[in-house]
Amino acid sequence: MCGNEALAEAAIIAGVDAYFGYPITPQNEITAYMSRRMPEEGRVFVQCESELAAINMVFGASATGKRSMTTSSSPGISLMQEGLSYLAGAELPAVVVNVMRGGPGLGNIAPAQGDYFQATRGGGHGDYRTITLGPSSVQELVDCMGLAFDLADEYRMPVIILADGILGQMMEPVVLNGEKRWPKREPPAKDWALTGASGRKQNIVRSLWLKEGVLEELNNKLHRRYKQIEKNEVICEQYEVDYAEIVVVAYGVAARIVRGAVTRAREQGIKVGWIRPITLWPFPTEQISKAAEELKVFLVVEMSLGQMVEDVKLAVAGKAPVLFFGRAGGAVPTVEQVLETIRQLTIPEKR
Amino acid sequence: METVFERTPTFKDCPTHYCPGCGHGIAHRLVAETVDELGTRGRTIGIAPVGCAVLAYDYLDVDMVEVAHGRAPAVATGMKRTNPDKIIFSYQGDGDLAAIGTSEIVHAAHRGEQITVIFINNAVFGMTGGQMAPTTVLGQVTTTTPLGRKAEGEGYPLQVSELLAVLPGAIYIERCAVHKPAEVRKAKKAIKHAFQLQVDGAKGLSMVEVLSQCPTAWRMTPAEAVEWVDKEMTKVFPLGRLKG
Repeated sequence: MCGNEALAEAAIIAGVDAYFGYPITPQNEITAYMSRRMPEEGRVFVQCESELAAINMVFGASATGKRSMTTSSSPGISLMQEGLSYLAGAELPAVVVNVMRGGPGLGNIAPAQGDYFQATRGGGHGDYRTITLGPSSVQELVDCMGLAFDLADEYRMPVIILADGILGQMMEPVVLNGEKRWPKREPPAKDWALTGASGRKQNIVRSLWLKEGVLEELNNKLHRRYKQIEKNEVICEQYEVDYAEIVVVAYGVAARIVRGAVTRAREQGIKVGWIRPITLWPFPTEQISKAAEELKVFLVVEMSLGQMVEDVKLAVAGKAPVLFFGRAGGAVPTVEQVLETIRQLTIPEKR
Repeated sequence: METVFERTPTFKDCPTHYCPGCGHGIAHRLVAETVDELGTRGRTIGIAPVGCAVLAYDYLDVDMVEVAHGRAPAVATGMKRTNPDKIIFSYQGDGDLAAIGTSEIVHAAHRGEQITVIFINNAVFGMTGGQMAPTTVLGQVTTTTPLGRKAEGEGYPLQVSELLAVLPGAIYIERCAVHKPAEVRKAKKAIKHAFQLQVDGAKGLSMVEVLSQCPTAWRMTPAEAVEWVDKEMTKVFPLGRLKG
């Protein structure tokens, strides 16, 4: 199974009620897979007329309390930003998978990580955030699917899975129905859902608040929720950080390349470790800040010309040097390039 | 004394934000009456547009959602596909449905979504202060056509109902008005029929276009506005059943 198909099946296992999709490379296998599997399961599949329609169909299904999702790739995700903002404003859960490709514009169809800002900063208009997961293997893509639906329901907000063309197309062995890496959460009651006002008062799902002060109240409520998420939901992996002089930070497919480079660098006697954020928002600020307490050099590797590096710098807060290596436009850094970059780093003298 | 007319329960008892002489209030009431007469309040979900009717949920006592400009038919699709037993309707103005939302309404009709659309056509963008809409008639003065709408460069009034009527997925399309009692009665009949089709599980989209007066944006008195619907608007947008 390629990553795209595996994530589609994982969504079915996670209990997705409805999938809405529009063709775009490199994620077409998801839509094709869902067009066959969702009807088999007696669930909803719609091929939409646009990504705008897709995200709004997600909005509609979600407003009635159903688990719904869409998938796309970078240019399509740009079109969905309106809907994501409305989902955030209306406090509706949704799962959106972005199988990133090169940009800006039509870019190309090669793998890239250029949508990090868009995903972790809200992306659409207004003061909001989206939980963003950055898996680095097909298995993790599968594991993230269940987690994404659980988080979306728990916090009533859109969750983005930020994959890329390599993960989507790559074939790896996966366990679909094995033990959950992140335990399944009990979904909260959706008493806000639009189910028809039978024997109760009407429910309204809205994002317009004209009365003075009311919108600020909503903003503050969302902000408190985001703080809660930052406190409770950070997931990241670390390797040999405590004894390292160099810490390489990378996510997704770039982190796999980094892992290879770090292993080889350690064989050459370089004291290097890595930190791999799995949640890109909430970002593992604390973990990186802690690592920066001891004087180390940070190297950030991305398949862009530097986006996550800004979050690393914010976390390091000037306590250590933060350097960057990246390739853009669909180019993928090689293990050799990363290794060479690590070898070239100057380690500051300990005070 | 015999009660001959009373507020229908689904129409809330509250002050209105609509301008004097506006047609929205009448159209809202017709929807509310329909819901009550069909006994479907407990399984009806309404979709409010962007525009003057964005607060429709303040008046219609059913479950409602407010959505982005023009996207109501897509939202309705998501709702109906996952809840085939529910009665889903969108309530959209002409700025919403005939401008920014043309893609969504055309494709919802094209797919034959089993939803009901109430399309309020007042020939302007009302909420934003009376700009030209695709439905603005030739010569009509708006804040963005100060010399009157010209066909050249600004196009002819867009007849959405005629456009949708050619699609096999649209099973019922009727254009009505609410500027005089006889037309209000016809509009009620049409709206009820459109909802009834959905209740019966008819395979396709039903839409009622309602010509509605907007005295504020038209810079007219309510009486002049009623007259303008009768004399001018119905010439461009002829009343009657277009499909089904």
